[in-house]
Amino acid sequence: MPKLIIIDRQGKKSEIEFDTNFTLMETLRDNGYDIEASCGGCCACATCHVYIDEKWVNKLNNMDDDEESMLDQAFDVKNNSRLSCQINLSEELDGLKIEIAPE
Amino acid sequence: MTEKTDVVIIGAGPVGLFAVFELGLLNIQCHLIDNLDKVGGQCAELYPEKPIYDIPSRPVVTGQELTDELIKQINPFKPKFHLNQQVEKIDKTESGWIVGTNIGTKIEAKCIVIAAGAGSFVPRKPPIENIQSFENKNVFYAIRDKSMFKEKKLLIAGGGDSALDWTNELSKDSNVTLIHRRKEFRAAPDSVSKMQELETLGKIKFIKGQIKKISNTPGSKIMLEYENDEERLNIEVDYLLPFFGLKMELGPIADWGLNLHENLIRVDTKKFETSTPSIFAIGDINWYPGKLKLILSGFHESALMAQEVFKYCFPDKKNIFRYTTSSKELQKKLGV
Repeated sequence: MPKLIIIDRQGKKSEIEFDTNFTLMETLRDNGYDIEASCGGCCACATCHVYIDEKWVNKLNNMDDDEESMLDQAFDVKNNSRLSCQINLSEELDGLKIEIAPE
Repeated sequence: MTEKTDVVIIGAGPVGLFAVFELGLLNIQCHLIDNLDKVGGQCAELYPEKPIYDIPSRPVVTGQELTDELIKQINPFKPKFHLNQQVEKIDKTESGWIVGTNIGTKIEAKCIVIAAGAGSFVPRKPPIENIQSFENKNVFYAIRDKSMFKEKKLLIAGGGDSALDWTNELSKDSNVTLIHRRKEFRAAPDSVSKMQELETLGKIKFIKGQIKKISNTPGSKIMLEYENDEERLNIEVDYLLPFFGLKMELGPIADWGLNLHENLIRVDTKKFETSTPSIFAIGDINWYPGKLKLILSGFHESALMAQEVFKYCFPDKKNIFRYTTSSKELQKKLGV
């Protein structure tokens, strides 16, 4: 199975396997990472904010206007910020490295 | 003055609304309390325009449509809404409870039904070190009395409707700077063009960036450090008004001595009663083995809860199960 590399809020690095039918947020939540995702994944809050490793930013599905404007409610937004509920996992993302943004 | 009813429902989201229906069929009167200024909970506040696909018999319905239809459905039971307030405390009486809110509303009821979803909506606070010590002095997340800002220097942060509307409004009498992480705004296009016009006229200032630090100044002002692409700059103002939307918090419910399971209220799956008799919990706020956070589950929980609440409200009466399809009496209640 393809893998993700996750850096949690404490800076701890770990590897998890993923299923391509799920979003990044669902995968993180299912694996017990501390990610609130209060709207449940419909891009209506900004509580599943992650930073994408620079090498992977351009390999993801593009950010739409909805996601870009929801990021306005997040803090410490950077050029590599994304909402993990909007990232569809695919085989091509095997090895994707992300960091969970501060709360 | 203390108002009186049978049941106080905490939370006017879809599940709290449908509880009015199930209780109403059993002749149980309800009051609902919600911290938002409108009914519908997350459906109306977070995703009014988003489609929901898993409501039985509704292949697709938006959060707002679902709310509107629930209101229509419960209208025959004349529920009373107490909006814009949060339940702060509950006190046990001989015959039930007195529920008190932060703005002084007091309601006496036989049972309490907690249908509070993920909790109360409260302002989202920027994670800036020490910001708490400036709150309600130099930092405000909501505006109750705008006269206090007259002729003062303000920094408004955010890019949504609240940030833009207050920028436009307060610019009449105050020196306003708006800070936002980008040049595009999610606020209504009208408010955005009004703000841009004010900026062109020099009536307000706009800076692109994100606030990183807050500190005291020798006077009563505050100094804010913000990051703007690669550089860090400072701005000195009287007040900072951050508007970053709302988030949900369990709030005072956590202090009522109910058995919790990771911030959710434990209930039994026959009665949906909590560890405290005559307090019930339904919808996303409760937990039991196998719980699924679906609106659909909350509707089911409402129906079972109502059967049990009936016993508290009418201890001497027998509750006979009937269908709305066939019972003339239920149809009369519904006005059909």
